[in-house]
Amino acid sequence: MRRFTWFNATSLTLGFAFLYLPITLLVIYSFNGGRNVAVWGGFSTKWYGELVQNEAFLDAAWVTLKVAAFSSTIATVLGTMAAYVLVRGGRFHGRTLFSGMIYAPLVMPEVITGLSLLLLFIGIGFDRGILTIILAHTTFSMCYVSVVVSSRLVSFDRSLEEAALDLGCSPLSAFRLVTLPIIAPAVIAGWLLAFTLSLDDLVIANFASGPSATTLPMKIWSAVRLGVSPEINALSTILIGIVTVGVITASLVSKRAAVKRQRDEQAAVAN
Amino acid sequence: MWGPYLMRRFALISIPYLWLLALFLVPFVIVFKISLSDIALSIPPYTPQFDPSAGWPGVTAFLSDLDLENFVFLTTDDLYWRAYLSSLQIAVTSTVLTLLVGYPLAYGMANAPDRWRPTLIMLVILPFWTSFLIRVYSWKGILAGSGYLNQFLLGMGVISDPLTILNTNTAVYIGIVYTYLPFMVLPIYAALERLDGSLLEAAEDLGCSRKSAFWLVTVPLSKPGIIAGSFLVFIPALGEFVIPDLLGGSKTLMIGKVLFEEFDKNRDWPVASAVAVILLLILIIPIILFQRNEQKQREAEQ
Repeated sequence: MRRFTWFNATSLTLGFAFLYLPITLLVIYSFNGGRNVAVWGGFSTKWYGELVQNEAFLDAAWVTLKVAAFSSTIATVLGTMAAYVLVRGGRFHGRTLFSGMIYAPLVMPEVITGLSLLLLFIGIGFDRGILTIILAHTTFSMCYVSVVVSSRLVSFDRSLEEAALDLGCSPLSAFRLVTLPIIAPAVIAGWLLAFTLSLDDLVIANFASGPSATTLPMKIWSAVRLGVSPEINALSTILIGIVTVGVITASLVSKRAAVKRQRDEQAAVAN
Repeated sequence: MWGPYLMRRFALISIPYLWLLALFLVPFVIVFKISLSDIALSIPPYTPQFDPSAGWPGVTAFLSDLDLENFVFLTTDDLYWRAYLSSLQIAVTSTVLTLLVGYPLAYGMANAPDRWRPTLIMLVILPFWTSFLIRVYSWKGILAGSGYLNQFLLGMGVISDPLTILNTNTAVYIGIVYTYLPFMVLPIYAALERLDGSLLEAAEDLGCSRKSAFWLVTVPLSKPGIIAGSFLVFIPALGEFVIPDLLGGSKTLMIGKVLFEEFDKNRDWPVASAVAVILLLILIIPIILFQRNEQKQREAEQ
């Protein structure tokens, strides 16, 4: 049984203090009522009030949500297809190039991805706006989805699919009835990852977007380049709250599902 | 003719394939092509433009107009030289700093009681799901001249004049260490967690002190995690744009920032493209080394 030693407890405390102190300070100061942003001037929720009246932020939030919803959904479909092709597709012409194109965007600097997409959109005379941001986000997130889904596909027992085929299932219904339920957790995780990456992205959206569409990160970025803004502190606090609740819920749900699965398996063995 | 099976297989492969060709590979070829072009006062602002209607002579005329002029320009103007070198220096320094901060944290996690570990892992991953931009921005309020850190230190009487940290390279180091810390901690934790405790007991039984057992057993066995974590920090840090833009100053030179400004302010697309091509060439080496490390680890596990 391992116990906390003095050294380990100290390094954990310092490490987590470093990780959480900046965000905590941001949250605390979003309730600062004083005129000076850096000096505490009493508790107030006035910045939240100003935020909900700020049309520009609300518009940007709406654009961001639309982009994230569309791009993560398309990316999940394409990424799952790509993972299936990579793991189960066997040999075909250009397989190496295909797997290269799946892995390269994961390590590509954002500035280069953004620049190259911008040059493409301008080159073919495509008007930049919400649609081009969706295309750009779909492209890099499908690669993340594909990595997550293929790790699940690699680990599961192929004979289950083969049994379904032997018993007269068509390949399509074997995928729907056997493969998809098994890889579903990875597909959902991939969708969540794609959604978060899209919400988070500043650099690529900045290149891929035109004057007609501004996402929330672009709005935040232009507001904070010059200094600390109490309205952005309030906005950040709301976003951090949503993410924290979401992540904790997701981990509780998956924990419960794991416990249930374990119980079911034990019951099946006992019978 | 093709049966329905082959048709389906063809569709399954070609849809994601064509998507990536059109939106990943073709854009790259365009960047490469424009890096060989010259700046021009036209829309789009470079020359030559490819004109398929001119037929084969048009193609050869187009090809003969491409040259390496922009790459030569990059070697003559020392701004680019210094930007590449300073990006490398900033990326290396912050990778080492992240390792120094991340290793004790990963070590503490791996040696924590079993029932604590899932919570500790979640606490390391949680910031990763919150906006990168917000995490970088949160340091602005701390490090500013009248920020929380200076207020605290002045209040405690540790310093008599406020420290200048924001808009210097120090702030960029802090920003990189802070945002990329989970990438360093998780692989090291994974390596340390697998470590067999009886090896350390054996070393101590054989007369090793705890300290030298750490350096002779623990550190070498966690090397794959250290290497993986270092690459996961170094590779994105090299092309970083947001952190030097928000926390760095006018003297902070990083290639991601230079590229963005070349494009945004100077509107010199050919030079911006050439900068991008060189950055990619520099990145290929660490990416291949990283892949090799992963491969070796996978083989070792089997």
